[in-house]
Amino acid sequence: MSELSGFYAIWKREFKVFLREKSRIFSSAFSPLLWLFVFGAGLGSEISGYQNYIYPGVIVMTTLFSSIFYGAYVIWDKRLDFLKEVLVSPVKRSTIFFGKVIGGVTDALIQGSILLLFAPIFAVSLHLSYIVLIYIYLFVLLVGFVSIGLIIGSIMESPEGFGLITGFVNFPLLFLSGALFQIKQLPGWLTIVTRINPVTYGVDAIRGLTIGGNTFNLFLDFGIITAFSFSMIFIGTYAFSRMKLKP
Amino acid sequence: MSAYSKKTIRVIQISIVKVKNLRKVFEDKEDIVAVDNISFEIEEGEVFGLLGPNGAGKTTTLSMLATLVKPTSGTAEINGFDILKESHEVRKSIGIVFQNPSSDDLLTGYENLELHGLLYGLSKDIREKRIKNVLDLVDMEERKDDQVKKYSGGMRRRVELARGLLHDPKILFLDEPTLGLDPQTREHIWNYIERLVEEKKVTVILTTHYMDEADRLCDRVAIIDFGKIVVLETPEKLKRDLGGEIIRLKIKKPNLQKVKKLKYVENISKLNDTVSLTVRDANRHLQEILKVIGKVESVESRSPTLNDVFLHYTGREFREEGAEGGFWERIADYRSKR
Repeated sequence: MSELSGFYAIWKREFKVFLREKSRIFSSAFSPLLWLFVFGAGLGSEISGYQNYIYPGVIVMTTLFSSIFYGAYVIWDKRLDFLKEVLVSPVKRSTIFFGKVIGGVTDALIQGSILLLFAPIFAVSLHLSYIVLIYIYLFVLLVGFVSIGLIIGSIMESPEGFGLITGFVNFPLLFLSGALFQIKQLPGWLTIVTRINPVTYGVDAIRGLTIGGNTFNLFLDFGIITAFSFSMIFIGTYAFSRMKLKP
Repeated sequence: MSAYSKKTIRVIQISIVKVKNLRKVFEDKEDIVAVDNISFEIEEGEVFGLLGPNGAGKTTTLSMLATLVKPTSGTAEINGFDILKESHEVRKSIGIVFQNPSSDDLLTGYENLELHGLLYGLSKDIREKRIKNVLDLVDMEERKDDQVKKYSGGMRRRVELARGLLHDPKILFLDEPTLGLDPQTREHIWNYIERLVEEKKVTVILTTHYMDEADRLCDRVAIIDFGKIVVLETPEKLKRDLGGEIIRLKIKKPNLQKVKKLKYVENISKLNDTVSLTVRDANRHLQEILKVIGKVESVESRSPTLNDVFLHYTGREFREEGAEGGFWERIADYRSKR
């Protein structure tokens, strides 16, 4: 019982903090719109339908970046003694980790929802059943993304170090995922790398569910992102249990 | 300190904290021995102080007792539970107020307390009742719905004190409770600590590097230096054992040989140009001392403080500033980057 209440406590804190940081919501909605309306429109003038094509990619990109960035807040909690306050409570570390994961997923889903509101502009008509599926796929995918951020946050001591590491994580995951270009006719080595990248399957599923034209079977997509998220949860709970505190 | 806690020591005599050969070596920091084989016991209802300069090992000791840092060897029993084998039970028995700000400053004072109540699994009814009670105790009822970032340093500490008590712990840990606060605010915080000790009848372990703080709040004090307990006694006895008043003289060439022959001089220590003498009946003998010691620049006579005790036992002056940084600097640092 107390684990559940602890989980709720962590989630509630993360959610409230998110709602109170207006700048965080604003900035997270701003850059994807820039991608869609400037980058998408610009390149779209050369390649017809490009703006539509990257719409699902931008949804995944936005939620990927903010999910991973969310891990930086662990470092702030560490710098103050807030993290100690949480860790000294009788709540298990794995519960704290799950509370944080679902907190981060909630934040990212809100950002994703803002972008889904723009669907009509891209002439994408979403069926209700598809919307439910989109949320299910996004949820599973984001659990994995947020876990990556938290793992990095639990290891790093400084925000600078965190920024450096995530730079090496974010962009490869994005560029090698088919979010911004077709992955069907790539040179051999790129094909291999994109097939290894789990984000590819997330983007593929979201694309299939929004504008259609997925490369893989949706069940395969789901299987792979589920396996990915479970492995990240596994590593994340381990990283949290090993997280060392300075006295 | 409260009259209650002193009485309890004499009547009940139950050790609620038993520390056995606790030791911590930081391997990643060139094998620094932060805590070196310390043992002590604390009785129920007592206010116990760990006093020492920065880096003496106080906070490390506290972190080990709070199960946040694993000891290299040795163990401790808190409220009958072993810190290594029963850490979950230990955590339920203790409340802790950390050295650095540890509340979320985007949340209100009330929300921080609510969060704490949920973490400790308090049901809604109990939670709300206790929050009201502890907010009353630290006079923060009025400001409870303001975000913590709008609080002063003292208010923030008060809310954190309240929070430490919310789940009714048997033992309250206070890590440098007034670090970086101005003198007036420190006085207030001391009053609140005294009040909660009296009303909640909680056992308190506090760390401090302020002599006056230990003197004012603690029933017993362990002076820690380089990870070892130098002496453990009541502040009164520590001061009394020095055997008299302190005379401090600023003098270039003291004639210490002659002073040593005076029977009423109990102790002599010298640091640069300053000579400290512990003298029985100092007021009567001052004239004579001044006659034999030589040409004096200035003289000061007063009753001994814990500072003198520290100097007496370690041979070093007690420095108050250090590398740990103030409370406000950390908040400023945190805010500018968040």
